Order: sequence, then C-alpha cells, then structure tokens
Amino acid sequence: MGYPHKPHPKETAVLSKHFGDAEARSYKGWVKRGGYEAWKQAQAMTPAAIIEELKNSGLRGRGGAGFPTGLKWSFMPKEKKKPHYLCVNADESEPGTFKDREIMRWTPHQLLEGTAIAMRAIQAEVGYIYVRGEFTEPFAIMAQALDEASKAGILGDLKIYLVRGAGAYICGEETALMNSIEGKRGNPRIKPPFPAAAGVFGLPTTINNVETLAAVPPILKNGAAWYKAMCLSNPKSTGTKLFSVCGHVQRPGNYEVTMGFPLKDLIYDMAGGVPKGRALKACIPGGSSVPILNREETESCLLDYEGCAEKGTMLGSGGVIVFDDSADMVYQIMRLARFYAHESCAQCTQCREGTAWTTKILQRILAGQGKSTDLDLLLDLSENMTGKTICVLSDSCAAPVVSGIKKFRGEFEEYLAGRRKPVMVA
Amino acid sequence: MSAHPTAAGGYQPVFLGKTREQLDTILKRYPNKQAALLPALWLVQEARGWISDRNMAEVAEVLALTPAYVKGVVTFYTMYHQHPVGRNFVQVCTTSPCNLCGAEGVVKAFLEHTAARDLGATSPDGSWTVIEVECLGACGFATPVLINDDFIESVTPEKVPALVRKYREGRR
Repeated sequence: MGYPHKPHPKETAVLSKHFGDAEARSYKGWVKRGGYEAWKQAQAMTPAAIIEELKNSGLRGRGGAGFPTGLKWSFMPKEKKKPHYLCVNADESEPGTFKDREIMRWTPHQLLEGTAIAMRAIQAEVGYIYVRGEFTEPFAIMAQALDEASKAGILGDLKIYLVRGAGAYICGEETALMNSIEGKRGNPRIKPPFPAAAGVFGLPTTINNVETLAAVPPILKNGAAWYKAMCLSNPKSTGTKLFSVCGHVQRPGNYEVTMGFPLKDLIYDMAGGVPKGRALKACIPGGSSVPILNREETESCLLDYEGCAEKGTMLGSGGVIVFDDSADMVYQIMRLARFYAHESCAQCTQCREGTAWTTKILQRILAGQGKSTDLDLLLDLSENMTGKTICVLSDSCAAPVVSGIKKFRGEFEEYLAGRRKPVMVA
Repeated sequence: MSAHPTAAGGYQPVFLGKTREQLDTILKRYPNKQAALLPALWLVQEARGWISDRNMAEVAEVLALTPAYVKGVVTFYTMYHQHPVGRNFVQVCTTSPCNLCGAEGVVKAFLEHTAARDLGATSPDGSWTVIEVECLGACGFATPVLINDDFIESVTPEKVPALVRKYREGRR
C-alpha cells in the first residue's frame, strides 16, 4: 500500500508535503522535518493571539461546512468556569472522500500538533480524536504516534485520547459524534445549544475536522499572511485543500491545490481524465451530499466555496466523484439514495421515511415499473426532506436526486418509457 | 485466561483479568462510566467474536446501565455483531464510487470463492461471512475490502482467489 502518485507540478503541497514518506510518521522523523515547532511557538502565545492568527489566515472548516476556524474557536467561553473539550472529527465517511485517512496514515503528528495548538487556543484539557471504526490502519498509526508523543513529553498536560467508532456515517455529524463519545446512539442533537455552549458531556466543546487541524501548524509556522496569500479566485477562500478524486478517472487519488483551482484541471491534468475513448458526463465535486454537476458546469467550476456555490453546488469535503458516459445516472443516484437510507439515524420522519421511499421509487424505475408521476413524486419527497430535519442527512439524499432529475431527466424518462432495459428486478 | 469460578448458567464473564484492566484504563478517560460503552463493546467483540445478549447484560452491569440501553446502542452501530460470524469476516464497499469501478464483481468473486454463497450468510464450514458495506472511505483505491481488521485496497475480482487462499491458510 503506497501513496499512489508523485506530486503533480500544479499541486501546492502543504498538508501532503510528507505523504508517501514513511519516516515522517515517527516522532523523530516528524521533529527532523520541523515538526512540533509550531506547537512550541503556540505555547509562547496567548489563546487569544492564536485565535487571531487563525482568523487572519482565512482558514475555513474542511469537513464540509466551511465555517471560519478562528471564529469557531472564538465562540468558546473566554473566562473558563467549566472544563473545555476538543473533539477531532476523524469519522471520514462521506462517499468520495478519503483525505483525512491519508493525513492520519502519513502525517499523524501533523494532526496531533494541530490538535495540541487548538486545545491551547480553546483552553481545553481533554481532546478526543474520533476515528471511524473501519479505519483500522489509520487508528493504529495514530495510536503509535500518540504513544510516541506522550513518551517524548511534547504534549505536556494535554490529555488526548483516541476513540474508535463502530460503523455509522451519521457520527460524522458533530453532535452525533459527541453522543457517540458519550456512549449513546449516534443521533444528532437539536441546535441550539451549539457545542461551544454545551457540547460533549454538556460542556463547552469545539469540534474540528482532521484536515482543518492539520493546516494549523503550517499556518502558525509560516504566518497568517502566507496562508491567506494562497488564493486563486475569491479572497474568502484561502489556503490549500486536499481533493480526493475517484470514480471514472485514470489516476484516482488525493491532490492538494490552492483554493480557486479549476475543477477541470484537477480532473483532466492531475487525475488523467476519464478512461480512453470515453467522455465526461457528470461530477459531484464535494462528496456525495452535494448537487451533481453536468459536463459544462464541471469544466467551468472553480474549486472554492464561492466557485462551487456559483454552479449551484458545494465544495463540501472535497470528494470529487467523476462519472463518464458509461455511467447510468439513474442507477448511480439510486445507489446514493440507498446509502442515505442505510445511514439515516431514523430520528426524523422526513429522513427515515423519505430516504427509504426515495430508494424504493428509484428501484422501481430501474426495474422498468416506474410510473409517469414518479419524477414529480421524487421531487415532492425531496422538497419535504430539505431543511426540515435535525441534521442535513435528509437534505444530502435529496441533493443528488433533485440535481440528477434536473440535469439527466432524459435518462429517467427512458426507463419510464420502456426505452431502456431494466437493470433491476422489482 | 486464569481459572476462575463461572457464573450461574456457565457464563464466563468477559471483564476479568487483563480485559478488566483494559476497561479500567479506558474508564479514566471519561467523566462518567457510560462513555466507556463503545470501547467496552469492542473489547467484548475482540474477546468473543460477537456480542450476545448475555454479554450485553454483563456490560450493562459493569457500566451501571440497563441491558435494554446497551442493546439500543449495539443495534445502532453496524460493526457490532449480534450473531456469530465466520472466522474470516469480509466487508466489501459497494457505494457509488466503488460501484463505478466494478465493486459488484468483487462481491460476486468473494461469494463464489469462499462458498459463503449469500450475502450475510456464513459458509458451511464456519470460515467465511461476506457482506456489502457502505463507503469505507478509500474511494480512490476502489475496491477497498476489510478482511477482519486488515484493510485491503484496490481489490479486483482477479485478486480475490489469492486473497481467499491467503486467509484460509493463515487461519489454519
């Protein structure tokens, strides 16, 4: 198992600088590469100064929501009256996304260093790194790194623990993750209260994604201005981001580019484009929960929060799923809906029923038994699944369905009219 | 495991000796006992291969919870086995990105070569259970497969026979 590619000349390697370098995994190796210098620097700074630096860098949450990191940290109580916690979201399970796995596998100390700095900034004494249960290898690597860092005494009084998930996509939702740490079913909580007021164990908590925290040491080391200057398009999106490219491409993998990079270049230049003799049909740029783009939109989309919004989609987690002209969009959308139906925590009716019925209707269409009213029914269902539930899992199921019907309606109609051979059995 | 009296009904508790020590270490990480539930369930599954109702009752007792509460949590998380599974437990990712890259063929090959026949069923000799799982988070390495705790990348139907041989022999 190796890192699959040499850096592409158009990449900007900040987070991925040491990917593929096995020595960087060890404490000694990490220190040799300038590791933990940012942590030492942070220890000489006040929490407020660290937060200010992060605010100035423009770093936004890389888990999907894109919320400014420094601002999030600043929501924690300034005057500490109760214990504070940091949760690290390493429950990476958004279809199309596999970047956090790579950070943990190759640069575990980068994550630990970012975690330590964040803990100082929010005045937390305990940090939980919640790793999805299936990530056996990253978990083992993180455990070893934590052990080495503790033995070296670099983390001081900070208590950092690894928590193993047990198979639930929804635990990547921040409050579900906190419930899971508390030994509960991973049901998302109603907000407010927000985590900074009442998070894990009902105490002030900040939760950050792995990639977000991994970006913190280089920001402190090189300065906010350096980070902020990495920007190709909109000044509200700064720094670099890892994009996981998968599906119908010749060279799938993680590619790190500066914010605002063209999606077209990522797919064609870096990932080698679609297999020979085929043409690009569609792309989901930010993990399966965001609206699908058609070819034209894909080829003109810029990879930052605003560039994706301009095309009616979202940057999300940066999981780029590419579909070529051999893909059956109706089947693929059904497969995504099935994922959400499987992963719904079943708290909210709109989601529990909506994801299941969406899947059943799509399967009926694929079995050649769809009704002429099915597309309207799916759109109606999706509308009732959007913006009406505790978390956004339901909305995430609706996004590919609505955008899929809008952009690839012809494929649905072919099944409905009996012009396409059924691919499923009713 | 050291000799110790078995509880009524011949039930051998899980949380004794080293396993109990492991749990005690975990308990120190949290402000309450309940938070140790997921790790405790992992310890049970590592020791017994699956989590029975009797195991859940033991976990409940140890963590001062009710058995019903523990069952509620066990049933929420897909990785906890509520029934015994084969000695080799195979999880194949078939979510969209892997589906695009031919994951269905990998599932088919595992079912054929392991004699497990149906998804979720265990082969007659008890050595294999094959299931489809949702996104394993390694979409760029399609098709990822978990065999027990080993995460294997880029599996194709052609690679399946050798993998099955390796794990069959390894477990002998």
